[in-house]
Amino acid sequence: MYKAFIFILRKELLLALRQKTDVVTVLFFFLIVSSLFPFAVGPDLNTLKIIGPGVVWVGALLCSLLALHRVFETDFSDGSLEYLVLSGEPLTVLVLAKIGSHWLITGLPVVIVAPLIGLQFGLSAGSLSLLLITLLLGTPVLSLMGSIGAALTLGVRGGAALTSILILPFYVPVLIFGAGAVVADLQGLSIEGHLSILIAMLCLSVALVPIAVANAIKIALE
Amino acid sequence: MAVFFFLLASILTVWGLYVGFFVAPTDFQQGESYRIIFIHVPAAWMSMLIYLIMSFWAAIGLIMNTRLSSMMAHALAPTGALMTFIALWTGAFWGRPTWGAWWVWDARLTSELILLFLYIGYMALRASIEDPRRADRASAILALVGIVNVPIIYFSVQWWNTLHQGASVSLTKSPSMATSMLTGMLVMALAFWMYSIAVSLIRVRRIIRDREANAAWLSDSSGVQ
Repeated sequence: MYKAFIFILRKELLLALRQKTDVVTVLFFFLIVSSLFPFAVGPDLNTLKIIGPGVVWVGALLCSLLALHRVFETDFSDGSLEYLVLSGEPLTVLVLAKIGSHWLITGLPVVIVAPLIGLQFGLSAGSLSLLLITLLLGTPVLSLMGSIGAALTLGVRGGAALTSILILPFYVPVLIFGAGAVVADLQGLSIEGHLSILIAMLCLSVALVPIAVANAIKIALE
Repeated sequence: MAVFFFLLASILTVWGLYVGFFVAPTDFQQGESYRIIFIHVPAAWMSMLIYLIMSFWAAIGLIMNTRLSSMMAHALAPTGALMTFIALWTGAFWGRPTWGAWWVWDARLTSELILLFLYIGYMALRASIEDPRRADRASAILALVGIVNVPIIYFSVQWWNTLHQGASVSLTKSPSMATSMLTGMLVMALAFWMYSIAVSLIRVRRIIRDREANAAWLSDSSGVQ
């Protein structure tokens, strides 16, 4: 079980290393989306400071959405997903490995770059580290919830647009509490509640999402 | 059956609206604008309840592999979306004179909006999968995942200190409003129930006809309702 988990994780990371464009595209998308806001809103630093955490969070969310179709779609179209289902290993574990690697490839780079964007929005060091923490807790939830949408829309026409319709409602709470923590901190309010809820969402989704995804994949392959 | 429920719905609507608009007293704080609750509150109740019922039938369809329950879930979704929309729309009409804004980003409004998106997502997923059996099961998973939102809407006014006021009606306390207001609201809620049942029954009948068009039992009795 652990072997299979590690194996899939390694395979996915190796694939990503061989094809760096995927990771780089997502990163550049993140940079561009967040740099668009100062153009649209104007360069006033006080305004930017207020919208900064939200912009970084929306950027991270869109990046996660952008890369979702890659979680299962290629494996589905070349048939290797069927072998995973038939392999005899618990599908939930395999699915968790796939989601984990998706996060490592698209979520983690975004989290690492996020403080740079935060600097452009004039966030203080305290806010930046808090932003980093909330993103570290929140982006895995985005990858997990998103993979439900990706699995449900496997092989369906208009898959990418449909995935975003299905998934955005589930992204909203993560966004509210993730960006909300940084804003609350800026206003001098306690952030304990926000962080607790983020951690709770992470724990719940790690435990429950693989079950839903495994079932969705089985339905798609019938 | 559907005709019976329709009849019941119309009678109850007439009665409920009569009580609501002519019998119930004017609110001393909100004036006449509060009367929208006779539509708003029942619609909001139904929007959540229909989601629960829809997920229930979807789950039964997923677990027991029955076709009719999935069709029932399918039939309920548009009515649920309509109720959510009505609740949001009437809420906006009420919010304009009372709060001075059409829309406020308050926890209950936001979560109700998410509910609308969930209904839309459910219907979109179902519409884009060709094979009806796969559509049944895929949308059932989506409905079940989305169910976490219902308690969030329901308790949002307690968990967060929001602009949207708490419930005035509860099972455990005596209601904090005039009896005729309560009567109007409950009658309207019953009317919405009956309407939802009637429409869902008609829709499920259509869905059965559509999906079982080639079944022998249907072609034999196609003239009989």
